[in-house]
Amino acid sequence: MFLGGEYVSPKERVILHSDMNNFYASVECLHRPEIRGKAVVVGGDEEARHGIVLAKNYIAKKAGIKTAETLWQARIKCPGLIVVPPNYPLYLRYAKYAREIYECYTDQIEPFGLDEAWLDVSGNDGVMVADEIRQRIKAELGVTVSIGVSYNKIFAKLGSDIKKPDATTLVSRENYQAIAWPLPVGDLLYVGPSTQKKLYWQGVSTIGELAAMPVDCLQRLLGKVGCVLHAFANGLDQSPVARLSQESLIKSIGNSTTTPRDLVCDDDVRILLFVLCESVCARMREQGVLSRTVAITLRDSELFSVDRQDKLKAPSCISGEIADAAMQLFRQHYTWHQPIRSLGVRCTDLVPAGGLQQISFFDDEVNRQRREALERTVDSIRNRFGHSSVQRAAVWADQPLGSINPKGDHVIHPVGYFKDGMKA
Amino acid sequence: MIERQYDHPDKIYVQVEATFYPDGRIEPKSFLWDDGRRFDIDRVTDVRRAASLKAGGIGTRYTCKVLGRTAYLYREEDKWFMERR
Repeated sequence: MFLGGEYVSPKERVILHSDMNNFYASVECLHRPEIRGKAVVVGGDEEARHGIVLAKNYIAKKAGIKTAETLWQARIKCPGLIVVPPNYPLYLRYAKYAREIYECYTDQIEPFGLDEAWLDVSGNDGVMVADEIRQRIKAELGVTVSIGVSYNKIFAKLGSDIKKPDATTLVSRENYQAIAWPLPVGDLLYVGPSTQKKLYWQGVSTIGELAAMPVDCLQRLLGKVGCVLHAFANGLDQSPVARLSQESLIKSIGNSTTTPRDLVCDDDVRILLFVLCESVCARMREQGVLSRTVAITLRDSELFSVDRQDKLKAPSCISGEIADAAMQLFRQHYTWHQPIRSLGVRCTDLVPAGGLQQISFFDDEVNRQRREALERTVDSIRNRFGHSSVQRAAVWADQPLGSINPKGDHVIHPVGYFKDGMKA
Repeated sequence: MIERQYDHPDKIYVQVEATFYPDGRIEPKSFLWDDGRRFDIDRVTDVRRAASLKAGGIGTRYTCKVLGRTAYLYREEDKWFMERR
């Protein structure tokens, strides 16, 4: 068998990582011929305080614009910058089309966000498949992809970052030391700013230096993730590319939002928690699951984040119960030293609804069942007549906060690499 | 959320008459150009997904023979568009 012209043993995996270049910006430029050839960024809504750069094209990148910086900073760097709002349904359609192309080559496709995916094409010449996919995406979707070809997912992902746009990069057992090892350690999946800093103080700045570090030193320095990163850097990652059917396994359901104005009191938080919990619970009912653990995430106006979670007494998809638990968590862990900028609720530890359940002597189970039935009725009314057709009185206390519709506005973001937990 | 549509002078949405076959195939038979003229499609020579750089869009592209000339007709979900020449 051949991996880009080199002979490899039949058991060797051939993995591609396909990354659509400047995805949102490329799609916008294709659909709006009038902005092609100009500096373009896709930016969030500034009035709703989501005014950051979500994606940029190469011309904007040349002007020094970075993803996630604020739009006003970007405009200073590049006068005449064109800012277009995101069109998520269009991007979702693109992701679907790209997937249909990938499906012609394998059923082992693991998406990572909307614009990236791993493909296991073992048994084929990886570079040949990658080149064919690149040409098809360019002709059929009008955007370009960069593809990394390797024998594990980590090096394939590194490979897709090396040559852009519209290029294939092979990272094989023969050349990985020359290609992957000189790269900065921050390019490796799961090396974020804080890990990077810890490694920097140990004199580790490249992937090669990380690979050469003894595994027990890394474990002392970083804990469990140290062993994982050691394996990543040495090309020893064995994690499989998920099959199509496994992708739907949901680990958690959550919603978060940056609010139109800062939250300043418990009542503000309560309104928003109701809105978020209603969305999360409606989605849990859609998926037929109950949650046993509730987590809240909040970020204050100084952009400091707090994450806290707690177990529920009984598995639930009742928004009142989830909101109460979230509110209690909030009261326990936040002292209002700063106003709050964004808030999120996440339900984890999911169990299938409809299975056997331990009920309590002390809670009013009949009442719980009634509340769940009531919420299902609200779901069906909202499905028929729109989200705003039925609302809690509490959310009317503050219209701009209460009118947020997290369920309708929900957008898919990358899930973690370790879907089944981290295995060192 | 609903997908936002973009207007461009080179992207002409057209009214199309088509045959829907039991196997799911769709064959366009004629289209109405933006000046009101109706054109019959003599033959469809190719069907594939393709991007239109000129009009700015993607869809299923039908390569059509119309009055002896080749024209591209794109089906973008449930709408049809053509490129202005």
